[in-house]
Amino acid sequence: MDEQVKVSGSLRHRLAVSLIGGAAVLSVVLYGVVRAYAAQIAQQGQDSILAASVTSILDAAVLREGRVEVDFPYASFSMLTTPADDRVFYAIYRDETLLSGYKDLPLPSVGEGGGQQSHSDVYVGVPVRMSTASRTLLGTNVKTRITVSVAQTQDALSDTLNGISRNVASVGVGFFVLVVLLSFWATSITIAPLKRLTSSVTRRGPQDLSPVAKPVPTEMAPLVASLNRLMARLNQSLTQSEDFIAEAAHRVRTPLATVRSHAETTLQRVEQDENRQALRAMIRAIDESSRAAGQLLDHAMISFRADQLERQELDLVELVQELVLRLTPVAELKDIDLSLQIDGPVPLLGDPILLQNAIRNLIDNALKYSPSESVIAVCVRRDPGATVEVRDQGPGFPEDEIDDLALRFSRGHNAEGTIGSGLGLTIAQDVAVAHGGSLTLSNLQEGGACVIFSV
Amino acid sequence: MKFLLVEDNLELANAVCARMAMDGHIVDHAGKIGDAIAFSETGDYDLILLDIMLPDGDGRSFLKQHREQKQDTPVIVLTARSQVSDRISMLDLGADDYVTKPFDHEELQARCRAVLRRQAGKAQTVLQLGDVSFDPVAGLLTVAGSARNLRNRELRLLELLINAPGQIFPKHKLVDRLFSYDEDVSENAVEVYIARLRKHLEGSELKISTHRGLGYRLDHG
Amino acid sequence: MRYLFCLILWLWPFALVAQDSSALVWEDQQLFHGAGYDPDAVEPGQQFRILSSTDTSFFAPIIASYLLDHPRTSVEYLVAGTAEIDRIFRDSPGGFDLVISSAMDLQFKLTNDGYAQPISDLSTPEWAQWRHSLFAFTVEPAAIVINRAAFAGQALPQTRQELIEALRARPAVFRNRLGTYDIRQSGLGYLFATQDARASETYWRLMEVMGNLDTRLYCCSGEMIDDLASGEIAVAYNVLGSYATARAESGETLAVVLPADFPTTMMRTGFVPRQAAQPDLAKAFMRHLLNLQSGRGARDGLVLPPLISAGAGPQPPTISLGPALMSYLDRLKRETFLQEWVSAVIQ
Repeated sequence: MDEQVKVSGSLRHRLAVSLIGGAAVLSVVLYGVVRAYAAQIAQQGQDSILAASVTSILDAAVLREGRVEVDFPYASFSMLTTPADDRVFYAIYRDETLLSGYKDLPLPSVGEGGGQQSHSDVYVGVPVRMSTASRTLLGTNVKTRITVSVAQTQDALSDTLNGISRNVASVGVGFFVLVVLLSFWATSITIAPLKRLTSSVTRRGPQDLSPVAKPVPTEMAPLVASLNRLMARLNQSLTQSEDFIAEAAHRVRTPLATVRSHAETTLQRVEQDENRQALRAMIRAIDESSRAAGQLLDHAMISFRADQLERQELDLVELVQELVLRLTPVAELKDIDLSLQIDGPVPLLGDPILLQNAIRNLIDNALKYSPSESVIAVCVRRDPGATVEVRDQGPGFPEDEIDDLALRFSRGHNAEGTIGSGLGLTIAQDVAVAHGGSLTLSNLQEGGACVIFSV
Repeated sequence: MKFLLVEDNLELANAVCARMAMDGHIVDHAGKIGDAIAFSETGDYDLILLDIMLPDGDGRSFLKQHREQKQDTPVIVLTARSQVSDRISMLDLGADDYVTKPFDHEELQARCRAVLRRQAGKAQTVLQLGDVSFDPVAGLLTVAGSARNLRNRELRLLELLINAPGQIFPKHKLVDRLFSYDEDVSENAVEVYIARLRKHLEGSELKISTHRGLGYRLDHG
Repeated sequence: MRYLFCLILWLWPFALVAQDSSALVWEDQQLFHGAGYDPDAVEPGQQFRILSSTDTSFFAPIIASYLLDHPRTSVEYLVAGTAEIDRIFRDSPGGFDLVISSAMDLQFKLTNDGYAQPISDLSTPEWAQWRHSLFAFTVEPAAIVINRAAFAGQALPQTRQELIEALRARPAVFRNRLGTYDIRQSGLGYLFATQDARASETYWRLMEVMGNLDTRLYCCSGEMIDDLASGEIAVAYNVLGSYATARAESGETLAVVLPADFPTTMMRTGFVPRQAAQPDLAKAFMRHLLNLQSGRGARDGLVLPPLISAGAGPQPPTISLGPALMSYLDRLKRETFLQEWVSAVIQ
């Protein structure tokens, strides 16, 4: 069925997008966190070296005869060697006086505790990391405070960080790519049961309203349960409506039959012409209404079944033979000869109920329009395709309406006085089309209509 | 002929019985499956007319039981349903034919005749009048030993007349019986069949006389 | 020699020197012109100044080979002592396009202080450059140079310890006939001294011995070797090997001994100042210099030791370019060191 279903997004896309999006966010977060952590570690590394350098300088400070000597070890600066050749600045203060080093190095205020402290600053236009510590020297009658700052540029640090960033970025990208691949895999795995369910429901025949029995994942259980309940309700309501239609038909048709029987009986008894005409009209009306109701129901059923054909192997000849047998008594009432022309079986894959209904309508039509003591020929052929041809000796189709006749409810203008709702040809055409065939109407040269029903 | 009508609707049953009696048939009426079984076991019926929806069950169950008892009385189902699937299942269950309500009595009788005709070997009611014998089921007319085949309308016309010899049948009554209600025919159409019948009866003791303004009458001798 | 054909060598008038902000007397000052030099049509931007501690005779062949390729260029070559260079340059950082010195520590500090500009496309070993700004172009040892006459019939000392013993054995021969840098004036001398002192206590014992024998103190290698060659002094300690080798090859009177106990090797370095007026010329020259010194060009007639000798491959010096070089430049440390040195040598 090609019913239009409103589609809003795709589960597969939604799943894939959320997985990929999550992976992207995760990758970025991973990158950020690792980089920040690495930066912190690297900074701590630099800080501890700077602190060691400051400490070694501070330790070398001695007070000798009121003069401060700071014969710091060679290692104080050699430990600051970095692969990126970072620049080193330092300053040694005695109280507020610069003893040596770079005089304009921005010095932080160091608390009385003399604790080591590190901070970032800018010196001669470049960002530097600086460590500062101070120490109090006590001599005879002298108390002085030595403050040492060592600063270093951060080229090696940023090189390291860039290296780490590149590595982390490639890890992040790799992680992302991996997750994208995994998400495609996970998506298809997740969607698979849905696909299986879909195909199992799609493959069902039109009459199969049994519940889905195959196990499904937990998340789909409510859906499948609902589906099963829906099918059960549908099944029930179909059964109910069939029963209802049967009941309704029974309730309506039985009184109609009563009326018709009474009318026929009465007709035998009354003599006055006007009463007779009235009774005849009554009988015709009853016939017309029951026939119309029957054809409407048939047509509704055919429309329903034509969507999902229940094809089975059958012999078209057998089917037509049975029909002819059933209709012969009716034909005989008008002294019409139903002649069946066959040559061998015509095997076919089709819906027997629909085919029977369609061909019955065609023969019914022919019976209706045929004059008394005429012949209706029914030919079943195998070649070129399976066809049933019904030829009568009636007035034929009105030439100007021949193309529209099969349209629903249309009736030829020469059908006046003949009972029928006009749905017969429509039903036959619908059935032919549902079987991939066609219905062809034509008039015979020698008079009479010819209907070719091919499937 | 003797019919058993199984129909729960009393009105319809009465109407059908009245109509059948008009044609000289005997009809027993059963309103339930239980009654129908009792009737069918005692009476010797030519044919059973069976409704499907009955107060104490489905007509199909009667049909099934009927066939299981190896009774060969033909059954024609009167169904209110028109759906094809139903018709087929009726036949599958062993009904000989079906008619859809509301039905044309002429069609019903035609179907009855057709069903009976198919019942080979069963003794048939043959009407005998003078040197003419007539088998309405087979549609066979024998005049002075020579058999003549009648067409359906001739047969029905003869059946009407032979059932009531000496009675005048007005033209319009004959039209009602010979033609369906959707056929617009003039009363004169009957004359054709009267003429044909007269030809078939030539050389017999039976004559169809015309009574101007009144109708036709079958005279014996 | 080849370069003589294409060079015009002339002395800059003394008056012009007076115009310099530093107003000092250069050890040497020369102007080299390429073959395409036309005094009447001097193009602007075709002359650059090199401030150097290296004797002109060592550098002239390099400049000459450079001018062969750049005939329209002129080079002014100014020579000063290493300590002087540091002072002159700090006074006028925009006055020179290339600063060359054998005092690695001073060069390093200038670079650390941000005076040098990076040259990104020079290929040189990692140990021979700092921040792509300061480039080394020689590896040279500090040597003990001996006038063979003073050791006639005796074995030449091969280590500092042997030198101490030799000096102690014949104090009469060596009194007032020893020489070394006055590290208060010579940046290179100070560098060698501090590195020696860092390496071994032997240095201080040697200094005490030399101090006892009234060692003469020199500002520069040249004079020291001159006195050595003339026999004025018998032993010079911590002389730059290249100068000594240049003399030793021609003279046969001098022996150059590279101490076997621990060698001290340094690198001559150069940088293009950040404020250089002709940085492109200076960079091109630096590229040429490194090519020659790394064995990538013809070394015919060059007397300066290479950075990478073709035979031995790269050999990093014992003194490496790094922040540690700034240690002994610290005012407090320098004061302490000089005090100790003075008390050892001068007494």
